Amino acid sequence: MDAKDILGLPKNSFPAAQEKKPRPPKDSQRKPDGVSREVYALTGGMAPLMPSIEVSHLKKRPNSEKEKITWQWLSFTSSARTDNLQLYHWVRVVNGVPPTGDYSFAKYNKSVDILRYTDEEYEKHLIDPMWTKEETDQLFDLCERFDLRFIVIADRFPSSRSVEELKSRYYSVNRALLIARAPSPSDVSGHPLVKEPYNMVHEIERKRALSAVLSQTKQQERRDAEILAEAKRIMESRMASKSAEDAEMPVNPTGNETEKATAPAESVSPSTNIHPSSSTAAPATATTESASTPASLRMLRVYLRTHVLDQMVQAASSTAGLRTIKRVDQTLQDLGVHVKPKVPTKAVCAEHLELRKEILTLLNLQKQLQNKEAEASANRDSSYAEAPSTPKRSYRADVDRPFVPDSVGFGGERAAKRDHKRKAPGRFIDAPPSPPQSKRPRKLKASD
Amino acid sequence: MPPTSPKKHGGEQQPDTNSGQKSQRSKAARVSDDAADKKTRRLKDAEISFPIVYGTISFWLGKKASEFNSHKWTVYVRSATNEDLSVIIKRAVFQLHPSFNNPTRVVESAPFELSESGWGEFEIAITLFFHNDVCDKQLDLYHQLKLYPEDDNGPQSTKKPVVVETYDEIVFSEPTEAFFLRVQNHPAAFVPRLPAGLNLPLPGPIEHVNEKKRGDTKDHPLSQWFMNFSEADELLKLAAARQQVQAHIVKLRRQLSMIDGLPQQSKTASGQ
Repeated sequence: MDAKDILGLPKNSFPAAQEKKPRPPKDSQRKPDGVSREVYALTGGMAPLMPSIEVSHLKKRPNSEKEKITWQWLSFTSSARTDNLQLYHWVRVVNGVPPTGDYSFAKYNKSVDILRYTDEEYEKHLIDPMWTKEETDQLFDLCERFDLRFIVIADRFPSSRSVEELKSRYYSVNRALLIARAPSPSDVSGHPLVKEPYNMVHEIERKRALSAVLSQTKQQERRDAEILAEAKRIMESRMASKSAEDAEMPVNPTGNETEKATAPAESVSPSTNIHPSSSTAAPATATTESASTPASLRMLRVYLRTHVLDQMVQAASSTAGLRTIKRVDQTLQDLGVHVKPKVPTKAVCAEHLELRKEILTLLNLQKQLQNKEAEASANRDSSYAEAPSTPKRSYRADVDRPFVPDSVGFGGERAAKRDHKRKAPGRFIDAPPSPPQSKRPRKLKASD
Repeated sequence: MPPTSPKKHGGEQQPDTNSGQKSQRSKAARVSDDAADKKTRRLKDAEISFPIVYGTISFWLGKKASEFNSHKWTVYVRSATNEDLSVIIKRAVFQLHPSFNNPTRVVESAPFELSESGWGEFEIAITLFFHNDVCDKQLDLYHQLKLYPEDDNGPQSTKKPVVVETYDEIVFSEPTEAFFLRVQNHPAAFVPRLPAGLNLPLPGPIEHVNEKKRGDTKDHPLSQWFMNFSEADELLKLAAARQQVQAHIVKLRRQLSMIDGLPQQSKTASGQ
């Protein structure tokens, strides 16, 4: 509706009218010419996008008057045959002229070119203690006959030799022949057979290993995978410990924590850089940015100061909860300091970190104090007046913000005068405050 | 020769026996061996930093503005002291919004900046590639292009641009000796402290306390809009804040110790 408004179209579409509209065009489509209605229904009721058969073509007969075609039963020969056998087949004769040329399938009769040696060559280069000339001859014949299909050749070979043996003999003969026939050794040194001769032992071993892998049971497969993963892990940890051998690595947060940083884009790259070393995170205390740069930083080679600052901040506050971090940020703001320094030089960053640590200490102390006081006042008489409707939250918030940016200046001492959205009279630590609700357990009853 | 033994390459002090290992040069004189040593040996516990400023300046086109071309803006990376950054940067790649033609723009020489015109605000990714002897890794920066001023009141001015700049420092830790020697005296660099054992002439007395722009010395047409980044200001504020916090901590500690001394009084009433 709104779209129509924007487009300025009239809003007069009644549902009935909408239904009726698509129907008539569909109806007209159902009357195509030439083909019956049911046939069209097969294609889903609509005309096909591409005409599959030109209707006009179905009527005429192609090539009616051009040539005179007959089919004759004629004999033929094939160059692929060596015995001049004459076979017969149907031939398409055009205008009385039979087709010329070789049998059309003769071109597929390919075979491997096998080097053959003369006896002389055999005497000179190819003598082998394990093979007689006769056997070698037989081998080569079979190779030619069977196109180097060694499995078949091995099967047909008169004396029983393994496939590897046959291959070995064949390839070594070939290699020797190549080298012998080559005009100079350098000519033929590029030939793959010369460069890497067939190694029978290796081949046997390889095939054995392959069949072993193939026949592994599922259990064995699983075990192998486990072992490999374990080995990988050990390798990685070894490498990581080698690179992190310098002491005092800060507690490297996992990827999750780093991503919580305010500028995720910025911290992603340093976190990915740090990740390899974090696997062996030796939980050491966070270092100060002095001469001993942490090993993780050193690995970085180049980094932006702000990246590093973010990480240090994360490391420093890793023990604190999210709420505490927020409180720290709030305190920083109250003090008039940028949560992220605007001019992050080395000195500024160092100071910033120190400040953050001190604020953490401060907050911890505050908490301790709160707890102590709660304990203390819980031991007082229960007749002590309850806090004048002090909701928990407002009290907490009060203590949370000791440095309210007021013209009054530092200190919550003046907090009483403030009128932030809190019901309770803001009171700070000076006056013994009413105990926070949560810290007032059943002890009140204990007073007799 | 410095006695440092960094992780990657052992401190090979005898060029003759080890020259064969540095395959890139011929077994020439001792001088070239030395040079190669410097290229691979890294100075532990040393770092060089380059304060930079990166950001955008955008002008409203005023009368010439059309619907799809309302602002003319420039994104750049400059040295905080307006020195020449090509001493370390080989090229800068600015990745713009895909609606731009050839959104990947490469700038091969200083000043590393790019001017364009458009109508929309988006995040520009800047990738800095350093020279080979500086660092193999690239560095990524991100900046949100801002065309419209904060206060959305009425007409924009073609004379006053919207400037957003971010200060940061590129830090190279454990630089190679060759690189270090090359740049340690360059005005764009800041060397906090010489690495131990390296007897080199101290760099000139460039105290980078005030990263103020020196528009007159560096004649960039936009230099009048460059922002000032004063480290001193920030340091002052931080110091003040720390003082406050420390005072507060002292106070709290006192209170805590007071309370710790008190518990006996309150317990008597409840008659445990």
